[in-house]
Amino acid sequence: MVLKKLFSRAAPPPLRLPSGSFTVDREGTIVVSTLPSDFPTALVREIGHHARETFQEARAAQLPLNELIVHYGGLKIVARELRGGALVFLSPVTPISPARSAGDPSL
Amino acid sequence: METRQKILLLDDEPDLLELYREMLAQLPSRPEIHTATSGPRAMALLEAHPFRLFICDLKLPKMDGLQVLSIVRRKYPNLRTVVLTSVSDDQFRSRVYALGVDLYWQKPSSEQETRMFLECIESLLGREPEEAGFRGVQSKSLVDLIQLECLSQSSSTLRITNGPLTGNIWILNGELVDAETEGVTGEEAFRKILAWKAGNFEILPPEPERPRQILKSCNALLLETAQALDESAGGETPPGDVGARPASRLATVAQLPEVEFVLAADGPVGSPRAESLGLENPERLAVWLGRTLERFSALGEQLQAGPLEQVVGLGLQRNVALAARGESRLCVGWRYSLNAAEVRERMKKVMATWF
Repeated sequence: MVLKKLFSRAAPPPLRLPSGSFTVDREGTIVVSTLPSDFPTALVREIGHHARETFQEARAAQLPLNELIVHYGGLKIVARELRGGALVFLSPVTPISPARSAGDPSL
Repeated sequence: METRQKILLLDDEPDLLELYREMLAQLPSRPEIHTATSGPRAMALLEAHPFRLFICDLKLPKMDGLQVLSIVRRKYPNLRTVVLTSVSDDQFRSRVYALGVDLYWQKPSSEQETRMFLECIESLLGREPEEAGFRGVQSKSLVDLIQLECLSQSSSTLRITNGPLTGNIWILNGELVDAETEGVTGEEAFRKILAWKAGNFEILPPEPERPRQILKSCNALLLETAQALDESAGGETPPGDVGARPASRLATVAQLPEVEFVLAADGPVGSPRAESLGLENPERLAVWLGRTLERFSALGEQLQAGPLEQVVGLGLQRNVALAARGESRLCVGWRYSLNAAEVRERMKKVMATWF
């Protein structure tokens, strides 16, 4: 039992929601990011991809948008349209500051 | 014959599971304890048995506690859920409560904490499953909790969530200081919050600097509010309430100030059934509505960011807000002069009557 405990790997904590921003260009490349380095790059790309796609499809549906704010129970994503790319702010919602977010001047 | 209530415990540490099993088995209601060391195993047990309470750790291999809980809350909305973890982080606490979990508890480290934890579990087991009612810290009713805070001369901020609506009640040294919801404050906000029939609440730290707007005593205001609610019971059905025809519901929303169009859709995302007011070609927008909500719901699950509440879009010509409950999707167009926070607040009110 002791040996089993010594060699057993501790389960990792759940993914921490990041606070920061990043810029993605029209090709989907991450140009600059202030997100923590341990936050998976694949997820950053995916967020950028969804934001760009939503802006493009909105334009095609004749509803051009220049800003998108996605509210989750624990996170707020603000994406600004940037000539085909996007500037994206991520801010976790905490009990202390449920609506206001770091680096997000919109709310 | 009286059946024993079933509790499912999920933790990846077999020794801890055994310890908690022994502790919980000694509760006065003598519950039947089942254990699982992984998320998939817990899901299989939940399928097989009618559990009353699910206690879950956050740090788990492969599928972490937040992932398990988001599935469990969706599949078994009446199952009581508790997080028992060594993670002490406000962000996780907030996300756990956002999922609608009843209790977030750090693993007890003293005998007193253990006793309090067991009392809470017994209290959760003792409550009958209800369609309405408040779920939050210790599963007390909202009136009970306000009275308790006032009687014990406590100072705290109660945050109450009722679907898309949120309200705060500030208590300082056992006195009601202020309340706020839907853009109103003071007694009016307090009455509005108490009229909610269901929701979740959290106790947050007090705000001693909050200016006093409620001058009546706690009991007087609770009594007045209860009388007003009794008198209004059986009155008119609010506009846009359940049972109204879809077309008239659209018209009710379309008549709100600053609303430019309303689009309601359901069915397949690629070929939805849509109804609208104020739009000439709603079909493309209905597809965009479905795709956007589907995309960001999936992203939220991947990020474990809690349920998708609302998507707000700001444009040069008009602003929009999108929301969904199950199959039902709603998009409301708002005047471009509103800012993001105003669009969000107005949409919350529409959602409260629509869904």
